[in-house]
Amino acid sequence: MEITCINCPVGCRLSVTLKDGQVASVTGNTCKRGETYARQECVDPQRMVTAVIPVEGSAMPLSVKTRTPIPKKLIRACMAELAAVRLSAPVAAGSVVLHSVCGTGVDIIATKTVGA
Amino acid sequence: MYTDILIIGAGVTGCSVARVLSRYEASIAVVDRGADVAEGASKANSGIVHAGFDAHPGTLKAKLNVEGAKMYPSLCAQLGVPYSQPGALVLGFSEADRATLTALVAQGVENGVPGVRLIERDEVLALEPNTNPDVLCALHAPTSGLTSPYEMTYALADHAAVNGVRFMLGEEVEGLIKAQDGLWHVTTDKGEHTCKILVNCAGVGAATLHNMMSGDLLHIIDRRGQYYLLDRMQTLPFKMTMFQCPTKMGKGVLVSPTVHGNLLLGPSAEDIEDELDTSTTAEGLEFVLKTCRLTWPKATTRGTITNFSGIRAHEAKGDFVIGAVGGQQNAYETVGIESPGLSAAPAIGEMLGAQIAKEQGLTPKAEIVPPVARKKPFHAMTPSERAAAVEENPLYGNLVCRCEVVTEAEIREAIRRPVGATSIDGVKRRTRAGMGRCQGGFCSPRVAEILAEELHIPMTEVTKCGGASRLLVGTIHDAMKEGC
Amino acid sequence: MNQKHVDLLVIGAGPAGLAAAIAAREDGIESLLVLEREHNPGGILRQCIHNGFGLHRFKEELTGPEYAQRDIDRARELAIDIQTDTTVLSVDGKTHAVTCVSRAHGVEVITAKAIILAMGCRERPRGALGTPGTRCAGIYSAGTAQKFVNLEGYMPGKRVVILGSGDIGLIMARRMTLQGAKVLACVELMPFSSGLNRNIVQCLNDFDIPLYLSHTVIDIKGRERLSGVTVARVDENRQPIPGSEIEFDCDTLLLSVGLIPENDLSEGAGVKLSPLTSGAEVDDVLQTNLPGIFACGNVLHVHDLVDHVSNESFRAGHAAAAYVRDQLAGGETVAVRDGDGVRGAVPQRIRRGAAQEVDLMFRPSGVFRGATCVVRCGEREIARKKAPIFTPGEMAVVKLSPEVVASLDAPVTVTIERS
Repeated sequence: MEITCINCPVGCRLSVTLKDGQVASVTGNTCKRGETYARQECVDPQRMVTAVIPVEGSAMPLSVKTRTPIPKKLIRACMAELAAVRLSAPVAAGSVVLHSVCGTGVDIIATKTVGA
Repeated sequence: MYTDILIIGAGVTGCSVARVLSRYEASIAVVDRGADVAEGASKANSGIVHAGFDAHPGTLKAKLNVEGAKMYPSLCAQLGVPYSQPGALVLGFSEADRATLTALVAQGVENGVPGVRLIERDEVLALEPNTNPDVLCALHAPTSGLTSPYEMTYALADHAAVNGVRFMLGEEVEGLIKAQDGLWHVTTDKGEHTCKILVNCAGVGAATLHNMMSGDLLHIIDRRGQYYLLDRMQTLPFKMTMFQCPTKMGKGVLVSPTVHGNLLLGPSAEDIEDELDTSTTAEGLEFVLKTCRLTWPKATTRGTITNFSGIRAHEAKGDFVIGAVGGQQNAYETVGIESPGLSAAPAIGEMLGAQIAKEQGLTPKAEIVPPVARKKPFHAMTPSERAAAVEENPLYGNLVCRCEVVTEAEIREAIRRPVGATSIDGVKRRTRAGMGRCQGGFCSPRVAEILAEELHIPMTEVTKCGGASRLLVGTIHDAMKEGC
Repeated sequence: MNQKHVDLLVIGAGPAGLAAAIAAREDGIESLLVLEREHNPGGILRQCIHNGFGLHRFKEELTGPEYAQRDIDRARELAIDIQTDTTVLSVDGKTHAVTCVSRAHGVEVITAKAIILAMGCRERPRGALGTPGTRCAGIYSAGTAQKFVNLEGYMPGKRVVILGSGDIGLIMARRMTLQGAKVLACVELMPFSSGLNRNIVQCLNDFDIPLYLSHTVIDIKGRERLSGVTVARVDENRQPIPGSEIEFDCDTLLLSVGLIPENDLSEGAGVKLSPLTSGAEVDDVLQTNLPGIFACGNVLHVHDLVDHVSNESFRAGHAAAAYVRDQLAGGETVAVRDGDGVRGAVPQRIRRGAAQEVDLMFRPSGVFRGATCVVRCGEREIARKKAPIFTPGEMAVVKLSPEVVASLDAPVTVTIERS
């Protein structure tokens, strides 16, 4: 498969061959970081998810993030779980607003304080 | 609902007529399809108070232009509308142009325009050094003025409103008949109104209404003009309004300062099918830029704030049609009010108002409420005036629009005026918030909040310009639920 | 009118102003005031809720609000006075009198020995593009839409086209998608995107949003609310190619077509601006042509990384502190000139004999692969930096060592040379 390396502005086009779900070879990269990226991105792509969600008692919505990246294929499911979260002010930056989103073990945490 | 007088059209003409009629004992209403007053030609034109040399002697255009222009300085002072009188030049580049300009000067003298004269190249370049040096001669009209066409309309409407005139906006007239009871029955998209006296000041729609009432048909051509509006700059290239020789399509493309110190290039002149099509086109804008290079070879659209277009109602015979509707009782009209309509509007109001009052035997009111005094805009105040303003009203301390230096106090006042702003554009035209170089990028969310508070509506109901022009489609909460 | 005096006044409490104030306070400047027009400090970072900030400075990936909070917390620790809800109306470049207004304090005139300009930048609006069409609702700069969504919790639209593929546009493509809208296309006039590859992959590709390079919006339709836009391919002169039109049925057009340093106040003060950066011309300690007036962050030149903004602003803060103490050496300068391939190098001049490290920053004028940036003092080469790619989308930085800076005796020229 073909992917674009995101490590720097060069944006190398990486050709990756997979064998039994494992990366067999990476070509097109101009540095080691490209290969490392390809091995992760082709087998188990991960993304940080950030979002804003409403908070009762605050005109301002709350910004949140996954504490660590989650599997890319779960981005939509993560947003769906967030859509169902009910919060009331105040919420402090760093506090957990949702435990183990989509069963990943990764918490959603507030990235700012609202209603304090 | 019944009123003695129903005026259709809340442009500068309709509001001027309404204001004059509000001096008499009568119930008066103004109805307009626009969500605000000045939503048609009155909001999108050159803003020039013409000196009055263009129109043929003996026409209503000539008479009312000259009379109206004379009224402007004191009327603007009374109503708190910006006005300046930098003068104008009409440039000639050939002997044929010289002949045209010579005739225009003679026409101006005959029309009674003060100080109009022909000047030669050197004087043109001395007066306006950025003029194309190929210029041969020019007509100089020192009394040509500048105003803000929509601010004039708002002020006329406000003054009419404090004297009892009701404004029914966002309501489109669909039909009218004279019923058995002798009253006019006017149906709109919202209901029906009856009145004794009907006044048709409907701009591009005026001929349609006229033709519903009279067998003597009028034909309006919708003529679109496209403009560039440039940001205020340290020094403008021209102090005066710079015209080119007029053609049968109108006064041609001008380069002019605005009364607020921006620079205006335009208009084009295109006859169009749809009287509401105020879009701009690549061709129209290119025509404007190319044409104004004859006046100003270094013309540039760098610093463009916006491009826009306005539609003027050109009556096929060429003159204003003002007075009683032929073959009808209790119906009056102003049709074909294209340029110099803005300049003439105060005089049109006085002329038609006087005619209606006389023919209908209206009684003057014992007392006329003076216009609501307008505070000086914060941007124009001296530092000590600013300090005093914040002292008196702390909301002057909340600056909302940085580009044009407009405060929260002024925005709230614009919404609370007798005919107040109900949309982002309404606030913008009344206060200039969002009129500057960032075009509302920073202030429009805050203006929307203030509108929601003042009008007691949710943020999601705030519009750019009324109707379906909502800024927002919902909350993130709604969208996330729908998205899943 | 209230009058007061401070040693150092900082205009703006975004990342630049906060960093500058922190540096000056750490250098012992006690009489220090920061003015901020918003209700909260933090500047534009407050609405940049995505992650990716702080990798250089904090060696970890933060969201915008988290990055801002670190500086706000530090400013609190240092008891730095930040006066919010206060808009500066004018700066007098000669007397250093700054006139500002706020609801709480009315009109104030604050004189300061030194002033740091840190007002940030604004977005290029629709008018600057001259796109014809109607002037309906539903057209926003990407940052305004970001403010509506991230700070106010409102959706500006449901079906979105984005014009411009700068990072804010890309970030908003993902944000609008995640929050429930459909993003139909991202349209870029140039044959390349000025956004980071990471953002193209993670904001567009992840959500199957097509990127139309060498395309632009040529018509805007809709009487009250936007109903659609026409997109066309452009030729090498950026002119639309007839017959290549694509119609999009959308209710929202977001513009991400460039940022402009917000220098109205600077201009009013008489600060000399560079036509290339639209920011002040400064020397190696970020001092403008007006003694005691410094500029840093996006008001000086538009950065890509907030980490660079903070670093630059620390330097401005230190320099202003030295100026307050009369310890900032002046004197003759050498000019820094843009050579081939270089646009808007900052600083524009370096003080002779200044024995401090200087970061020369600039935007490449085009895309250069495998090229070398060479810096010369007169004919003498004083620095070089090779990079796999130089692109206008990424600010290039070349460091000049203190020894090199001390040795400058002729105008400095920065060039990009193809190998």
